[in-house]
Amino acid sequence: MSKERVDRSGTPLVEMRDMQKAFGGIRAVDHVTVDVYPGEVVGILGHNGAGKSVLMKMLSGALQRDGGQILVNGEEVQINNPRDARNYQIETIYQYLALADNLDAASNLFLGREITTPAGFLDDAAMEAETRKIMGQLTPNFRRYNTPVKGLSGGQRQSVAISRAVYFNAKILIMDEPTAALGVEETRMVAELVDELKKKGIGIFLIDHDIHQVMQLCDRASVMKNGRLVGTVDIADVTDDDLLGMIILGKKPGQAEADAV
Amino acid sequence: MTDEAQGPTIVKPRNFLAALEVDTRLLGMIGAFLMICLVFQVWTGINFQVLRGELSGNPLSWLVEGRFLTPRNIFNLTIQTVSVAIMATGMVFVIVTRNIDLSVGSLLATCSAMMAVMQTVVLPDWMSLGLEHPLIAPLSILVGLITGMAIGAFHGWLIGYLTIPAFIVTLGGLFVWRNVAWHLSRGQTIGPLDENFQLFGGINGTLGVTWSWVFGALAVAATVYALVSARRARLTHDFPVKPIWAELTLGGVAAVVILGFVAVLNAYEVPVGRLKRMFEDRGEVMPEGFSTGYGLPISVFLLIVVAIVMTVLAQRTRLGRYIFAYGGNPEAAELAGIRTRALIVKVFMIVGALCALAALVASARQTFHSNDIGTLDELRVIAAAVIGGTALSGGIGTIYGAILGALIMQSLQSGMAMVGVDAPYQNIVVGIVLVFAVWIDIVYRGRTGG
Repeated sequence: MSKERVDRSGTPLVEMRDMQKAFGGIRAVDHVTVDVYPGEVVGILGHNGAGKSVLMKMLSGALQRDGGQILVNGEEVQINNPRDARNYQIETIYQYLALADNLDAASNLFLGREITTPAGFLDDAAMEAETRKIMGQLTPNFRRYNTPVKGLSGGQRQSVAISRAVYFNAKILIMDEPTAALGVEETRMVAELVDELKKKGIGIFLIDHDIHQVMQLCDRASVMKNGRLVGTVDIADVTDDDLLGMIILGKKPGQAEADAV
Repeated sequence: MTDEAQGPTIVKPRNFLAALEVDTRLLGMIGAFLMICLVFQVWTGINFQVLRGELSGNPLSWLVEGRFLTPRNIFNLTIQTVSVAIMATGMVFVIVTRNIDLSVGSLLATCSAMMAVMQTVVLPDWMSLGLEHPLIAPLSILVGLITGMAIGAFHGWLIGYLTIPAFIVTLGGLFVWRNVAWHLSRGQTIGPLDENFQLFGGINGTLGVTWSWVFGALAVAATVYALVSARRARLTHDFPVKPIWAELTLGGVAAVVILGFVAVLNAYEVPVGRLKRMFEDRGEVMPEGFSTGYGLPISVFLLIVVAIVMTVLAQRTRLGRYIFAYGGNPEAAELAGIRTRALIVKVFMIVGALCALAALVASARQTFHSNDIGTLDELRVIAAAVIGGTALSGGIGTIYGAILGALIMQSLQSGMAMVGVDAPYQNIVVGIVLVFAVWIDIVYRGRTGG
């Protein structure tokens, strides 16, 4: 499958420069620089504990950075908590974490950004109506609007999380293993959605373990190992094995052969 | 966009109860409460007949001659429940956010002591208002509320910002505030309290027959309005609605319960001696054959207001939504941008304010402040919330459930006292009921997946 090359002549949508984060002496993220352009999907790859999630959590505001700069559209911004990230239209789709199981789909979708009546009370009917609209597009068969999301399937839960990002006009999307809990059909649905979001000019960071999926969905991949950036490559220029080599050996393609000689 | 020929979508219910969309757990609790009432009604009926020496073989006569479901006992039951029920509504929020508050009884004592000292020493002497000044009650209550909220906020800060477990903070509070209360009153009983203050105690302050009916009528009107506006909101968005007959049944049941409750309280007549004194105080002579009922106690009215405010807070405001979201998944709440630490402070502040209101009711009811006021209330309050369906794992609980839980506990205790069960045995039964109720709840949740 051939891909159109993403136009990377302008300013990156997001640039994370020289990011650092340590937990009690362990350098979880050690001087890492990554960026994403409008309409681009950048895969963040690496073993468990490579620092991918920590890096992304500094962008989503869930963790505060020790050092480094975050630039949105070329301008430096301060992101110290999830509210800051939301103000820059950075949305995150977490694997399991970000739903309150005891609340229904609408309450989760609008959590932290509820629609209220002029008197300041929650307008549940309006929120449910909006949820029906957006969820109807993503999962036309969804009916369980009034039950706690605890009772929903993995795919339905994930579509609540994705709806949240889409509804609030994310410019920058972080997806942390979005298909880990999903079946084949649901995974295909997410892949289609990613393509659609790309067309809208949204920049996506995709954390994933599935090399096949990365090859299919991503335009570039940044590989991490032990908190350091191994390198960033154009997916069109590499093979599955090249990527695996980067993840396992921590060496860029070409470099490995050079060492072997 | 509406297809006019189509009309509203009406849910096709599986059965009668499903059509009403009433919480089945609520029905279970009401059922348990009615069972308790029935058992004690029959039991007191038998006791009464035995005492008279003519035990009838007819069970119906036991029911008729019972002493549990008399206007007088129902009146007493409601005013005995108020203090614990008020605090239990706040405990719901605490437990929903996966915390616990062991200090409510002690906090009640400190608030009570503050209010007692305010109205007997500070305001009359230091501020030279003199005893029974009309400003004394409102100012004392205000000081009590501020005290409760300040202490609650302090607890919340220790728990939310310093991340000390709530169990420890409030266990410390249990010791501290009980003895701060002792310090404030110098270990003495303070009384009698201000006359206006005592209006919140129950029997010394009731709305009277006419105003109780007015209250009942307004409550029915408000219920009907709530049902109609909820239905209208769903219809404007083309959501499915209940069949009309289900709405009518709900409204009808609510109206009967509200008006029936008012009628019972109105049927409890003020004793003639007391009436005569009331007329004498006003410099009048009581007309021959005059009689009147007590009506709705102001303390019960206060509980109803608290219940409504807390329910609105829980279901219709962002604060309530965040409390439940945090209980369901603290991490999700944090990632959604909710200020979770401030949230905990607010929750404990609410509990503090409710402890102050409970202190007002409890001390006014006994007409003085005593050192042991509210002792062991923390356990009753937690038990009421838990019997009312609040899950200790967080995220689940209702205000009405907690109030019903308090009512069930109080009716068990009063009933046993009436049939002559000694206090230690009463506590054994209450303890068993608590554990049993939670087990039933676990089984229920397992079956329904709720």
